[in-house]
Amino acid sequence: MNELKSFKKGIFDGLPICLGYLAVSFAFGISAVGQGLSVFEALIISMTNVTSAGQLAAVPIIVSGGTLIELAVAQLIINLRYSLMSVSLSQKLGKSVKLADRFLISFVNTDEVFAVASAQRGKVGKKYLYGLILTPYLGWSFGTLLGAAAGDILPEMISSALGLAIFGMFVAIVVPDARKSKPIALCALFSAALSCIFRYTPKLSDIPSGFVIIICAVVASTVFAIAFPVKGENDKEEAK
Amino acid sequence: MIFFEFLPYLLVSAGVTYLVRMLPMVLVRKKIENKFILSFLHYVPYSVLTVMTIPDIFYSTSSPVSASVGFAAAFVLAFFDKGLLRVAAISCAVVLAVEGIMFLL
Repeated sequence: MNELKSFKKGIFDGLPICLGYLAVSFAFGISAVGQGLSVFEALIISMTNVTSAGQLAAVPIIVSGGTLIELAVAQLIINLRYSLMSVSLSQKLGKSVKLADRFLISFVNTDEVFAVASAQRGKVGKKYLYGLILTPYLGWSFGTLLGAAAGDILPEMISSALGLAIFGMFVAIVVPDARKSKPIALCALFSAALSCIFRYTPKLSDIPSGFVIIICAVVASTVFAIAFPVKGENDKEEAK
Repeated sequence: MIFFEFLPYLLVSAGVTYLVRMLPMVLVRKKIENKFILSFLHYVPYSVLTVMTIPDIFYSTSSPVSASVGFAAAFVLAFFDKGLLRVAAISCAVVLAVEGIMFLL
């Protein structure tokens, strides 16, 4: 069984994530300080939470003196999608990933880290994963610090362009596999349609984005698991 | 805000987020054999990523026009398998170029 073990490849694959995170966490830093948190508080939130939507939702609750229950429920709803990703990723982990590693790697199992790890052929090993989470974590923390401490140094046009980085990366993960596998292409189209329905239908658009992701992913994956089941051991290869 | 008032919020927020990620990865250690679950998990990444991308990508820059051109660029580059870093970097550069042109017009 092939297992991806290169720390260097992990670092390299983490770079586009790091680039996108710099832009997003920069914006988070500006927003957090603007709402009344200190630079240190903004930084420590990023270093301990490592999640964009969850953090953006947490700050208003914190500065308005909301209840801890409210905060816990909001985080649970917004971040529950990570459970789905962690189960999925658990099946990709190679033998070199021990129990202790799981405690650490899951801490930085973000949407993007999950996406890149899932896109690899075969299993992913410990060294690769540590490489993959290192630069995004640094980018996320450093971007927050910069945004919080030095708000408006980045010209607006640059930060606007960087806003596309993470999505560009997602496109780069889905499109090549969709090109090779018709069920994946159809699943992506179906998911896109579901997502648009939730976004543009009155009332449905009030559902928190974390929930929308879970609902759409569970529906689409169930439909396609029934319509186009994968055949066996190496799921990536079989579905073609 | 005093740090001691801030600390409980930090612990709750970070704690919930970590548990949601950590528990499934630590608890599900065996290889799943069930064909339906395997198929389901096979489609999860593609579905999750697409839902996060569409339609959000069109609102990710300061104008839907530059974002659409950026998306088109990313799509074409990805179609020809140019790799994550190149796709992300070039499509950002395309957005910057489009916004530069729009600024001059």
